[in-house]
Amino acid sequence: MKPARFNYHRPGNLPDALALLAEHGGAARVLAGGQSLMPLMAMRLTRPEELIDINRIDELKGITADDTAVTIGALTRYTEILRSEVIAAAVPLLAEAIRHVAHHAIRNRGTIGGSLALADPSAETPAVCLALAARVIARSAAGEREIPIDSFFHGLMATELAEDEILVGVRIPKRAASARHAFLEFARRRGDFAQAGVILAPGHTGVPENRAVVFGVGATAWRSSALEGAMGRNIADDVYAALRLEVAAAVEDETADYKARIVTTLAERAMARLA
Amino acid sequence: MSSEAEILVRLTVNGAVVARHVPVRRSLADFLRHDLGLTGTHVGCEHGVCGACTIRLDGEIVRSCLLLAAQADGAAVETVEGLTESGEIAALQQAFLARNALQCGFCTPGMLVTAADLLRTTTTPTREEIRGAISANYCRCTGYHAIVDAIETAATSRTGDR
Repeated sequence: MKPARFNYHRPGNLPDALALLAEHGGAARVLAGGQSLMPLMAMRLTRPEELIDINRIDELKGITADDTAVTIGALTRYTEILRSEVIAAAVPLLAEAIRHVAHHAIRNRGTIGGSLALADPSAETPAVCLALAARVIARSAAGEREIPIDSFFHGLMATELAEDEILVGVRIPKRAASARHAFLEFARRRGDFAQAGVILAPGHTGVPENRAVVFGVGATAWRSSALEGAMGRNIADDVYAALRLEVAAAVEDETADYKARIVTTLAERAMARLA
Repeated sequence: MSSEAEILVRLTVNGAVVARHVPVRRSLADFLRHDLGLTGTHVGCEHGVCGACTIRLDGEIVRSCLLLAAQADGAAVETVEGLTESGEIAALQQAFLARNALQCGFCTPGMLVTAADLLRTTTTPTREEIRGAISANYCRCTGYHAIVDAIETAATSRTGDR
C-alpha cells in the first residue's frame, strides 16, 4: 500500500503549474487535497510519473461572490466551505451536502476542485454542481474557459478537462429568496460513500427551471427527466415507474433493482419535503 | 526511474524543529514512525479509511497516511505523543483506562486525537455527536460503546471543573 515512485513538483503559482502540466501531460497527475488521489496511488490504481502538488498555489483558494454567483477556488477545502457565511446564505444546498462528505479529518483536506475533477459518481459536490447549473472554470497555458456543468461529466471518473488543463474554480449561481431544495442520500454508515442520492432544486435562481439529480447510481451523476417533469405537480405512480427505468438504464447490472428501490424511496421523501 | 527522488522537509513536530531528507513518496505517517520514531501514530489501512493515523496538522486533524511528508514542509504537526506530553488529553486517557475503552489498543491513538478535536470544538457533546466524530475511526475489537462512554466521561468531568 505504498505509491509507486514519482517525481514531485510543488509549483508556487498557477503559470508554473500549467507549464509543468503542458510539459508532462498524461504522465502527470495534479494533487489537490489528496483524499482520493493518494488512496488511488497507494492501491496503485494510478501510477503517475510526475505529481504536481498545487497546495501552495494561493490564487486557487477562497470564496468570492458577485451579484449573481459565488465563485469557489478549486483548492478551497470542504471545512472552509462549511464555515463560510457566503455559502450558507447563497448556496445552502452545497453546505448541506458537504456535511455528508466523509469525516471531519477528510473534510479538512478535501477540496471542491479535486472532487469535481475526479468525478466520482457517488460524490456529493459534483451532484450539487449539476443540480445548480454551475460552471466549471478550467485553465491551460493557452488560456481559460468556462464549461457548463451539463457537458462536464463524460463518464466514470472522466470529464471534459483536457490533459493540459487545471480546474481552477467553479461558479455556482446564487439562490433566489424563494428557492427551495431537498437533498437526501443513503449510505450504510455515516461518512461512507453514498449508495444513492437524490437532489431536487427547482427554481434555484428564480427562473422556473426544474433540476433534479440522481447520484451514486451509474457512471456519473445525472439529471432525472422523470423527476424534473414531476416537480410542482401531483405525483402519479408512473413518475416512479419512469424513474426506475432511468435507474435501470444508468446501472445495467444486478444492483439495478436495489438502486431503484433506494432512489425511488429517496425521491418520494424529497418530493414530500418540497410539497 | 533509477534512483528514488528525495526532498528536504523542515517542520515542527510536537514543538521541536526537525529537518530530514526523505523520499518524495514517503507518507507523513511513515515519516513520523520511521524517520522520527514516533510510533504512537498507527498505520492501519494506508488509504484514509481507518483513522488510526489521525494527527494534527497546523491545528486541524488530518489523516497522516494521505499526506506526503513533503507536503508537511513548513507545517506544525502534533501527534498523540505531543498531546500526551502537553497534558491536553490526560482526562481522555484516564477515562479510556477507567472504562476499559481499549482492547488491542491499535485504534486508540487515532481515537484520542479525534476525541480531543471534538472536545475542543464542542463543550458538551451528546452521545450522538461523539458517535458522529468517531465514525471516522475504526475499532476492529468493536469496543465502540466503551469508547463513547469514556469520551462522554472526559467531556463531563471537564465541564464539571469549570
